[in-house]
Amino acid sequence: MTELLYGIAVAPFKDMAGSPAFFAEVLIGGVFAGLMYSLVALGFVLIFKASGVFNFAQGAMVLFAALTLVGLIERGVPVALALVLTTAVMVALAWVIERVVLRPLVNQEHIILFMATIGLTFFLEGFGEMVWGANVKKLDIGIPDRSFIVAGVQINQLEMFAALTAAVLVAVLGVFFQRTRVGRALRAVADDHEAALSIGIPLKTIWLIVWSVAGIVAIVAGIMWGAKSGVQFSLSLVALKALPVLILGGFTSVPGAVVGGLIIGVGEKVGEVYWGPLVGGAIENWFAYVLALAFLLVRPQGLFGEKIIERV
Amino acid sequence: MIYREAGQFKTSYASDQAIFPIAQDRWFVGLATLAAFVVPPLAASEYWLQAVLIPLLIYSLAAIGLNLLTGYAGQLSLGTGGFMAVGAYAAFKLTTAFPSLNIIAVFVLSGLVAAGVGLVFGIPSLRIKGFYLAVATLAAQFFLVWLFNKVPWFVNYASSGTITAPNRTVFGVIVTGPNATAPVRYVTALALVVVFALLAKNLVRGRVGRSWMAIRDRDIAAEIIGVRPLRTKLLAFGISSFYCGVAGAELVFLYFGSAETFAFDITLSFLVLFMVIIGGLGSILGSFLGAAFIVLVPILLTNAPQFLGLHLPVALQKQLELMVFGGLIIFFLIVEPRGLARLWQIAKEKLRLWPFPH
Repeated sequence: MTELLYGIAVAPFKDMAGSPAFFAEVLIGGVFAGLMYSLVALGFVLIFKASGVFNFAQGAMVLFAALTLVGLIERGVPVALALVLTTAVMVALAWVIERVVLRPLVNQEHIILFMATIGLTFFLEGFGEMVWGANVKKLDIGIPDRSFIVAGVQINQLEMFAALTAAVLVAVLGVFFQRTRVGRALRAVADDHEAALSIGIPLKTIWLIVWSVAGIVAIVAGIMWGAKSGVQFSLSLVALKALPVLILGGFTSVPGAVVGGLIIGVGEKVGEVYWGPLVGGAIENWFAYVLALAFLLVRPQGLFGEKIIERV
Repeated sequence: MIYREAGQFKTSYASDQAIFPIAQDRWFVGLATLAAFVVPPLAASEYWLQAVLIPLLIYSLAAIGLNLLTGYAGQLSLGTGGFMAVGAYAAFKLTTAFPSLNIIAVFVLSGLVAAGVGLVFGIPSLRIKGFYLAVATLAAQFFLVWLFNKVPWFVNYASSGTITAPNRTVFGVIVTGPNATAPVRYVTALALVVVFALLAKNLVRGRVGRSWMAIRDRDIAAEIIGVRPLRTKLLAFGISSFYCGVAGAELVFLYFGSAETFAFDITLSFLVLFMVIIGGLGSILGSFLGAAFIVLVPILLTNAPQFLGLHLPVALQKQLELMVFGGLIIFFLIVEPRGLARLWQIAKEKLRLWPFPH
């Protein structure tokens, strides 16, 4: 019993203090992993904010974007052109989704829309593989994947790049939401659909924009994840990884997605390395969820979510 | 013309409150149940029993369980697979530890174990709502599956890591295990699902079900009129997990024969949720219809190209299946968001006036 308590409460901290360089490496690994989760979570937040749809298909959109990009590059299209074409495809996809799925389901309950996006997930997975093939592909658009060492800590260039991209993306989205006319309209729609409609904000256009932006975020996430672990079917499962990030940060907050991602990423890595061996390892699968659950018990709306006010 | 309640006077409270107040309904359901017990074991082939009817019944039971929680009590859960795993592993541990215990009793006991686990994971629902709760229940899903994977005690230290249904008898007939015939397993699953569906139907008509629906429709208002949220929500989690646990035990003992934790992963949770939503939230009948849809459509899609005389490559067919399946789900949600049960209800109302609608 004392041994167990020692293993939980003392030994991990001793290990951390014992080799700070290794601890730093674990931390940095966690930060990068967290940013990758954030990239996926961002897409969720955007759509949830503007249309109240919990878009489970975000993972499938990431997969679809990555498959399209890789498929185009494999067929000899230059990288820059391929990126433009993929963006066009994602915008077209957003248009189709708005037309075919969302518009007939306006005003339905949230759970129905959620289900519809799961149906969309199946469709996109099947469609993407049918068009581009099912084998694992390597995505290489010229991001260097070498490691270098700073102060005894190993840092991967690709991960650096991913972190920078995530930061830039969040900054751009922040400016877009706060400063532009369209961004203001988006926030108005997020606050109250009907009020936004009544002052002349075109809801359909707004949804199209939001889904397109989420599609573009999916391209970025697809590039990063694809460069890291290859473009394959399992890419659509990163959606599951992004869920605890979402509830931790709050469904409606862009910064929340990033901070939540960081907390989950770091917590997961540190937990796995220092506490995982106690229970036989592989705790990464559920640790994030339990962490998020513990947070939720204290703050039911997540870290940055809007306070839930209920009326009878 | 045939389906009309004219002349059927309700002269007592009992007949007024009956599950099927219309005589034709009673006859239809009674005959259908009787037919379900008699016809398939005699007429259906081994393939139909094993690949279609047995999973259909078991998934129906799981769908009823989730429907009680999500459709009636309004608590969205993605942990169904985890609770089913609890039932399956509890049944395995119980029946290997007490080989003389009747297997039906084992099913019920493992359901109770799952109910206990469900109660624990239901506690967050008191503070967390909606999609936040759905994601929180994923914690149950991943944690439970991981637990059964990691702790060898649950599989009796078998090196393969699988649980296998041993031969067990009820009234001298082998019901589970490698020697049980498909018709026997079918009848067992059917008997269980009939009993539990009847129980569920009565549960949701009574005080418990009404308090669930009150919580679902407006939880604060329900609290004000005296429904206790703590007890009501936890009861929903407990009973729902009981159903899922029994279904999980049946899944291994009557259908798979042996299983690994992989059988209970997140896909299963989504599958059962599909059944509930396609079938109709808040409808016991819908659970059956939804299960039938989800079990039958993939089989239909697999066989459709052959009927049409097309020979597609295996990979392409698999992808087409996914696409059509996803498309059908969206289609049905658009056509009738309240599910197949609602379509059935509309059909019945039409039938009442047929053939003179005015």
